[in-house]
Amino acid sequence: MQGYVKTATRASRPFVLLLALVVIALALAPLWASRNTLQDLFFILTMLSLAQFWNLLAGYGGLVSIGQQAFVGLGAYAMFGAVILLGIGPIQAILLGGIAALALAIPTAFFAFRLQGAYFAVGTWVVAEVVRLCVSMWQAVGGGSGTSLPRDARDGLIGLDQIMALFSVRGAEARDIILYWLALCVTVATVLGLYAFLRTRSGLALSAVRDNIAAARSVGVRAEGMRWRVFLIAAFGTGIIGALIFLQNGRISPDAAFSVTDWTAFVFFIVIIGGIGTIEGPIIGVLVLFALQSAFAQFGAWYLVMLGLLAIGVTLFAPKGLWGLISARTGLSLFPVRRRLILSDPSEDKP
Amino acid sequence: MLFIDTLVQGVLLGGLYALFAAGLSLVFGIMRLVNLAHGDLIVLAAYLMLLVVTVLGVSPFVALLICAPAMFALGWVLQRFVLNRVLGEDVLPPLLVTFGLSVVIQNSLLETASADSRRLPAGDLVNASLPLGPVNVGVMPLATFLSAVAVIMALQWIFFRTALGRRFRAVSDDPVTAGLMGIRPKSIFALATGIAMIVVTIAALYLGIRSNFDPAIGPARLIYAFEAVIIGGLGSIWGTLAGGIIIGVAQTFGAAVNPEWQILSGHLVFILVLLLRPRGLFPRAYD
Repeated sequence: MQGYVKTATRASRPFVLLLALVVIALALAPLWASRNTLQDLFFILTMLSLAQFWNLLAGYGGLVSIGQQAFVGLGAYAMFGAVILLGIGPIQAILLGGIAALALAIPTAFFAFRLQGAYFAVGTWVVAEVVRLCVSMWQAVGGGSGTSLPRDARDGLIGLDQIMALFSVRGAEARDIILYWLALCVTVATVLGLYAFLRTRSGLALSAVRDNIAAARSVGVRAEGMRWRVFLIAAFGTGIIGALIFLQNGRISPDAAFSVTDWTAFVFFIVIIGGIGTIEGPIIGVLVLFALQSAFAQFGAWYLVMLGLLAIGVTLFAPKGLWGLISARTGLSLFPVRRRLILSDPSEDKP
Repeated sequence: MLFIDTLVQGVLLGGLYALFAAGLSLVFGIMRLVNLAHGDLIVLAAYLMLLVVTVLGVSPFVALLICAPAMFALGWVLQRFVLNRVLGEDVLPPLLVTFGLSVVIQNSLLETASADSRRLPAGDLVNASLPLGPVNVGVMPLATFLSAVAVIMALQWIFFRTALGRRFRAVSDDPVTAGLMGIRPKSIFALATGIAMIVVTIAALYLGIRSNFDPAIGPARLIYAFEAVIIGGLGSIWGTLAGGIIIGVAQTFGAAVNPEWQILSGHLVFILVLLLRPRGLFPRAYD
C-alpha cells in the first residue's frame, strides 16, 4: 500500500475557476459598476481583509484582540504624516503605514503576550487607547480634530492622468478607481496569502495550535513563536488596510481612525457570523454584513443592536458560524487546508 | 501643598475606580470570566437610576435601593441563561458574547436615551467640601472612597465569613469537586454575578452624581476597572482597591502637569506596572 497526501477536494477545483472568474469580474468593475457600487465594493473588500487578519489572530492564533484599531489608526496616520510632512506620494506612503503598524506591534506583543485570554483582549485595547491619545497630541496632523489630505497629494496619485484618459472620467472618479484596484489587490493577496500560508508546515502548526494548544506543543509546535508571527503579520496587514481606507476617506481624525466600533466590532461581527477559524467564513460574513447594512442601516443604532444580538446568538447556538453550518451539512471546503492521506494500491497508477 | 492636594484627590478618585473594578474582580475571582460589558452595565445602571429619579422624584440614594435588586436580577438572569453557557476551557466564547453584549447595551441606550450627557441630581452635596487637615476634600469624592472601602470589606466578609462565601471559594478552586459536595456551580455563578451587579449599581450612583455620563462612556470605565484589577493582582479584592488608587493618583498627577495627559498617564502606569510585575502587586489566583 502506498499513500499520498491530498488537500484538494472535489468542490475546490471548480471553485478555483469560479474564484478566478469573480476576481476578473471585480478587476473589470470600473467598466460595469457605477461610482457608488465601486465605493461599496471598496468597503466590502477592505472590511474582508481586516476580517481575515483578525480571523488569523483570533481564529487561528487564539489571540482575541480588541485593539486592532491601533494598527488601522497608526497605519492611516503614518500615511498622512508621510504625505504631509515628508511629501511622499500617498500610494508609496501606504507601505509606510504597514511598516509603522509593524513597528508598533513589536512592543505591543512584548507587553500583551504577558496577558492571557481576556486580559490580552483588554490589554491590546489599552495599547490602542494609548496610541490614540498620543496621536491626538500630534499637532502636525491636526491633533484631536484631525486633518485632510493635501489637495496636490490627492491629485498627484500615480496613474491618475492615465485612468482619467482611459475611462474618460473626472479626477475624483479616477481616484476611486485606483484605490478600488489597490483594495482588490490587497484583498486577493490577503486571502490567497493566508491560504498559501495555512498550507505550509507553519500553517499546519498554526491550525494545530488553534485546535488544541497542549496537543500541538506535545508534538513539537512552538506555540509562542507562532503567536509572534501571527500578531506581526496581522498588524502589518491591518496597517496597510488602515492607510488605504483613510486615503480613500481623504480625511482623518483620532476618533475615526481609532474607532473600536468601526475597526474591531464590525470585523468581529463579520468573523463570528461568517464562521471563525476558516477562510470562507469572513467572506460570507462580510456579504451578510453588507446585506444587513444595506437593508437596516437607516435604523441607526438599532442596526448595531441587532448585529450584537446576532453575534451572541451565533456564538451560543452555532459557534462555527454560517459557514460552519454549511460545511457541516454539505462537507464543502472551498479553501481546503486539511491534509488527507489517500491510500492507494501500488498496482494502480500513481497520481 | 499642591503635591499633597493632588495626592489626596488622586486617592479619592481611586475609590471610584475601585468601585468600578470590584464587581469585575469578584466575577473574575470566582469564575475566571472577564465581562467586557462591565463598563456598559455601569452606564446602564446609571440610566436606570436616572429613570427612577425622574419618574418617582426620589433622591439618587433612594433610587439605589430600588435599582440594586433590579440589577441583581439582571445579573442573575444574564449569568444563568447566557454566560453560564459559554464558560469553559475556551476563552473565546465568553469574550465574544460579552463584547456583543457591550455593543447591544451601548446602542440600545443610544436609541432610547439619546447621546446627550446626563447627570444624577444630588443637590448641594455635589459641591460641598470639608476642610481635612491641610486640604479641602469634596464630600462626594470622600463618600465614594468610603463606599469603596465599605463595599470591599463587605465582599471580603461575604467571601471569607459566610456559607455563601465558602461556596464561592469552593467553586472558584474546583467547580467539579464542589459539584460533588452538593453545590451547583452554575447557581453559585449566577449569585456571584448578581452581587457584582449590586456593586455595579453602587459604582453607577457615584459615577452619575459626580460627572456627566452618556451611552458611549462604558468602555473607558471597563478599561479603568480592568487596569485596577490587573495592577492589584488577579483575584485579590484589596489589591483591586490599591490598583484603583494607583490609577487615580497617576491620573491626577498627569492632569496636574497637563490636562491632556490625565488618561494617558493612568494607562502608562498600568503598562509600567505590568512590565515590572506581570502578575500585579498582590496576586492571589494562579492561572
